[in-house]
Amino acid sequence: MPQLDIATFPPQLIWLAITFIVLYLLMAKLGLPRIARALEARRERIDGDLEKAQQMKAEAEAVIAAYERALAEARQQAQQTLKETTDRLNAEAAERQRKVAETLHAETGAAERRIAQAKTAALGNLREVAAEVARAAAARLTGAEIDAGRAAAAVDAVMRERS
Amino acid sequence: MVHENPLHQFTIQRLIPIHIGGVDASFTNAALVMTLAVVLITSFVMLTTRRAALVPGRWQSVTEMLYEFVADMVDTNAGHGAQPYLPFVFTLFTFILLGNLLGMIPYSYTFTGQIIVTFALAITVFIGVTIIGIVKHGFGFLRLFVPHGVPPVLLILLVPIELLSYVIRPFTLSIRLFANMLAGHTMLAIFAGFVVALGIAGILPLAVDVALVLLELLVAVLQAYVFAILTCLYLADALHLH
Repeated sequence: MPQLDIATFPPQLIWLAITFIVLYLLMAKLGLPRIARALEARRERIDGDLEKAQQMKAEAEAVIAAYERALAEARQQAQQTLKETTDRLNAEAAERQRKVAETLHAETGAAERRIAQAKTAALGNLREVAAEVARAAAARLTGAEIDAGRAAAAVDAVMRERS
Repeated sequence: MVHENPLHQFTIQRLIPIHIGGVDASFTNAALVMTLAVVLITSFVMLTTRRAALVPGRWQSVTEMLYEFVADMVDTNAGHGAQPYLPFVFTLFTFILLGNLLGMIPYSYTFTGQIIVTFALAITVFIGVTIIGIVKHGFGFLRLFVPHGVPPVLLILLVPIELLSYVIRPFTLSIRLFANMLAGHTMLAIFAGFVVALGIAGILPLAVDVALVLLELLVAVLQAYVFAILTCLYLADALHLH
């Protein structure tokens, strides 16, 4: 078995040591740091991009929030204005209605008073005429001259009875 | 080139005889393949990452995947604090992988089929890991041989077993790789010998050899992985004591 030929051990071990150490040094000092740097650069780039994306997303969200706040404020203001205007119009309408009602009431009162006056006046005239008629009728029928006061009293009594 | 002996392929040939102070340091066929492995690994890593692009090309991706594969292996198996040993595990993995794969090339040489080579790698791992454990934990490193939650009486039995299983690690680690390579390449050589001997019927052993080559490619990758992952697990023991 050639593997057990001890005479071949020294050259194999010497060249194994040389080649292995050379390869180790080349990898440890040159090759692997280069690969690690490339990987690290890529990882950093990706992390940076992710961070930037995160930041932009946050900014976009802030803008959306501000927009929504402004929208809500505008809506509230519009509602406020609408309410104020409605209130004002309602108040004006009520005021006008009250004034009209007052005027109507006053006019109605005045008219009623006038009617009452006319009625009283009419009733007063009626009493005098009735008393005159009653006196004239009595003089014609009986020939007796009735005292004006008595005739008036009689008319009054009848009118009170009938009214 | 037909070899009578299927083990002939493992013979060391001194390509450039060198002797330094009576020590044989000849540049052998094994040394040639080792050097080739180093050159191939280094040039592949350096060329594919020459212009380290933010978006990697095909070849750069291969190198990065290899790196992340080993880094992930170290992270998950050796755990926290094992990153400084990544270059060693990476070197070990790629060196054995290339040794195994280059050995699959006909007329090449499989240096991982040499017990002295695999043992040297395994004992390096063993000594390195033991030193790391002692430096990190001092005498506390001996706790590694005392299992938790075991009645003290059983410890009389278990501590020697733990100690033994620790000490035989370099042997199991080296023999696993060596035996796999030896068996695979010997099988290939035996069936290849039949191809010539059987004439026209040699098509059958040839088919077997084709299948074996595919199997051996799998074994080549798998054994490099096993060697590296066991190194990581031993490292985990040294760093975290179970």
